[in-house]
Amino acid sequence: MAHAQGQQHPIGIYLKIWGLLFVLSAASYMVDYLQFQGYLRWFLIILFMMLKAGLIVAVFMHMLWERLALVYAIVVPPLLLLVLLGIGALEADYTFFARGVFFGAM
Amino acid sequence: MTRTATTSTAGILARPDGIEGVVADWSSDQRAFKNVPWGKVMMWIFLLSDTFIFSSFLISYMTVRMTTTVPWPNSSEVFALTIFGQHIPLILIAIMTFVLISSSGTMAMAVNFGYRKDRRKTFVLLLLTAALGAMFVGMQAFEWTKLIVDEGIRPWGNPLGAAQFGSSFFMITGFHGTHVSIGVIFLIITAIKVYRGDLDRERPGFLTGRKGNYEIVEIMGLYWHFVDLVWVFIFAVFYLW
Repeated sequence: MAHAQGQQHPIGIYLKIWGLLFVLSAASYMVDYLQFQGYLRWFLIILFMMLKAGLIVAVFMHMLWERLALVYAIVVPPLLLLVLLGIGALEADYTFFARGVFFGAM
Repeated sequence: MTRTATTSTAGILARPDGIEGVVADWSSDQRAFKNVPWGKVMMWIFLLSDTFIFSSFLISYMTVRMTTTVPWPNSSEVFALTIFGQHIPLILIAIMTFVLISSSGTMAMAVNFGYRKDRRKTFVLLLLTAALGAMFVGMQAFEWTKLIVDEGIRPWGNPLGAAQFGSSFFMITGFHGTHVSIGVIFLIITAIKVYRGDLDRERPGFLTGRKGNYEIVEIMGLYWHFVDLVWVFIFAVFYLW
């Protein structure tokens, strides 16, 4: 049977990913330590965040080796959250504007 | 019968890969998730729902932070520590991040040695993971104490700026800390099962009555990696923003 053995991979790949996650965490800490600001800060934060998340899901959680049917069932639905994110940002912009208008410039 | 023949050889015949594989696996009259035990699928579906919960928290946090007209407290300074006379910004959170990532690494190794039926190593690695998780919760308790007692931060307000800082902080890190604590408890339970040899002897579980199997170590691992995954997002958007 296909599921008798479970996920079996060489130990080395976990150690490599582990090291990589350490480097990426150190890098994202350095973004704050070196006080990068503006778009550069945002770009680096999001980049390191997505890389770390991707590595954890792909290797530690074995998504890389699962059948695509499972991968899609789990990875595609969260994309809906981008809609919520967009709605939240639009609404927040409007609220901020309205507060500025009604409560005066802070 | 062709039908029975197809069912019985399903495990032997290679199934199509890629998009064709998705269509083939989801087609009617069969289980959609091949070669994955049900426990694992259920854990994944739970984690999917948990993803939505944490995302709702983080998106609400984004919304209240964008709407406030009061300056947001500088997290780099709030979470700074003075160690040996050195003032280091955000250091506490950096250490917590490294501790949690280390625990994820030991967990991944525990899963690997579990499938190799190496009981001793699996047990030690599971305990190490639990210890690192407990260390993380301990540091979080220290962080909360510092913020509540020394800085006077409350869910409804704080002396540093926007009141929303406290409510988002306690809600998000509290919920995450709860997840870590529950994970530590289940790690210890799993470690005991491995140590006793329950998984080798297929001893029925005390709650579910299902036969013991090393798959539970991987399912435990999925939960633990997810906790680490959530921390990656919290670290980026709460502490680094």
